Amino acid sequence: MSQPPVIELRGISTRFGSQIVHRDLDLRVDPGQILGLVGGSGSGKTTLLREMLGLVQPSAGSVRLFDVDLALADGPSQRMVRRRLGMLFQQGALFSALSVYDNIAFPLRELRCLDEDWIRRLVYLKLDMVELSPEHARLMPAELSGGMVKRVALARALALEPELLLLDEPTAGLDPDRSQNFVDLVGALQQALGLTVVMVTHDLRTLSSLASHIAVLADQHLVACGPKADVMAVDHPFISGFFGNDRRKLL
Amino acid sequence: MNAVPRLHLESGRVVLTGPWRLANMLPELPELQQQLQNCVPAAATWDLAALDCLDSAAAVLLWRTWGNAWPADLHVSPLHRQVIERVAASPMAVAAPARQRFHPVEALGHLLLQALSHAQGMVVMFGQLLLDLLHLLRHPGDLPWREFSANIYKAGAQALPVTALVGFLIGVTISYLSALQLRSFGADIFIVNILGISIIRELGPVLVAVLVAGRSGSAMTAQIGVMRVTEEIDALSTMGVSRSLRVVLPKILGLTVAMPLIVLWTSAIALLGGMVAAMLQLDLSLLYFFDNLPRAVPVANLYIGLAKGLVFGFAIALVACHFGLRVKPDTESLSANTTRAVVTAITSVILADALFAIFTRHVGVPSL
Repeated sequence: MSQPPVIELRGISTRFGSQIVHRDLDLRVDPGQILGLVGGSGSGKTTLLREMLGLVQPSAGSVRLFDVDLALADGPSQRMVRRRLGMLFQQGALFSALSVYDNIAFPLRELRCLDEDWIRRLVYLKLDMVELSPEHARLMPAELSGGMVKRVALARALALEPELLLLDEPTAGLDPDRSQNFVDLVGALQQALGLTVVMVTHDLRTLSSLASHIAVLADQHLVACGPKADVMAVDHPFISGFFGNDRRKLL
Repeated sequence: MNAVPRLHLESGRVVLTGPWRLANMLPELPELQQQLQNCVPAAATWDLAALDCLDSAAAVLLWRTWGNAWPADLHVSPLHRQVIERVAASPMAVAAPARQRFHPVEALGHLLLQALSHAQGMVVMFGQLLLDLLHLLRHPGDLPWREFSANIYKAGAQALPVTALVGFLIGVTISYLSALQLRSFGADIFIVNILGISIIRELGPVLVAVLVAGRSGSAMTAQIGVMRVTEEIDALSTMGVSRSLRVVLPKILGLTVAMPLIVLWTSAIALLGGMVAAMLQLDLSLLYFFDNLPRAVPVANLYIGLAKGLVFGFAIALVACHFGLRVKPDTESLSANTTRAVVTAITSVILADALFAIFTRHVGVPSL
């Protein structure tokens, strides 16, 4: 591909005190890929995601997003990069002092270019996309159920029409029906906009129906990374254990 | 990123090319909107077939330009048509809830009801505290010793340096200012009376109460508040642990016990500061000061000061715990309740101080 990779991790090492989380880890995500990041609990998946966003500095190595090194970039170019990505946090991370409507409108208002009517239409559109009714827009985050928080957070992550979507456990807490809808939604967006998606998930169904590529994090580095079919074929105790007997079904 | 969305008009036909997505539109948004508006009257046909991509922000822009209706003649790929269809199908704005008009009488009544509900909450908490104490009398083994001692350490021991510093400086200030006045009357030796009564009876307890309300009161409210936000309080009750016994009681008892001790300590340091300043300013020896202090200040003043410390500590902790339990699970409510807790605690301390002043007006006044 002639296009530069969306995400490029080189030689990432992370340690918290004496505990080593990642050791010399390389990862490359090309435009249009949907990468599923899997690994055991505590293997540092979320940490890796936070490093991609520049929220956590790795102990060593470099992170490049859209060909920009976040650690070295100046303020404006950092902001430009951040506008091109959307992040769905595990717990939603909605602004608890703002209503659902204002939560979704917030990133749009921050652009200071769109008028209120445009923002309003976009907010209701995003709410509709994640299957929430307009009446929900008035609620406060504390009044929402766990699944609704997730969907509002997704709507907020999608508000800026990001080119890169980072999802931390997107379908955890959703019922199977809703998580299928979620998969369809992200799949449709990916087709329409050429979205690149990186998601951390434990849900095999989401993984099998959405991911085009899989990266497996175990033993402090990526034991396998590549197209789904290739990763399934890798013989590694963690991969056999994680996918178990479903391996063939997933393909 | 260098590509920009473009449109041009050729004989009644609007052709859109390039990437029509929010990030690419942003740099030239006003021009783009203007161009689109200009096209509307002349355009019969909209050709969107050559688009690179179309996101929902751009789709909303087009839909608005078309006046919320499909144009008569539209060429668009099925994929992009879907995006526009989503916009077309999305519900139009919901009417905003009617904004309530401000009525002064209503606001006043609301305020009064709120104050009453807070008063009721604190009375209930006080009653619960008495019941818990009764329970502890029958089952002394249930006393949460660890939490109790932790609270004495946090609210008491850790507050010693800052109260000492503030007390010392206040002692120096009062002594210095009164020394200037007293010297002009030749009444230097009355510095002992002024310092002794004012610090031991009044300033020591109030000063400590204000400091502790800001320091420990806010910490208690924030801690209980976050425990409510993170559902730790609910987790406690599901385990059959009484929140009033394990969370509220140790805090109130701890501060009630610790406060008189901090008051004693702060008053002592403040007197020391006053003595040092008097020695430097008026050449009064420390020995003279020590000799005359018991004579100038009846010991009842010390008891009043300590009793004030006890009551203030109780009031601060009660108010802090009450507001902590009222925190709703959002950041706004946490900050609002912490602020309210500190303000209410200090106000109630001053109120209690005024009551003390009225009811002890005949006690401990030196007879000259």
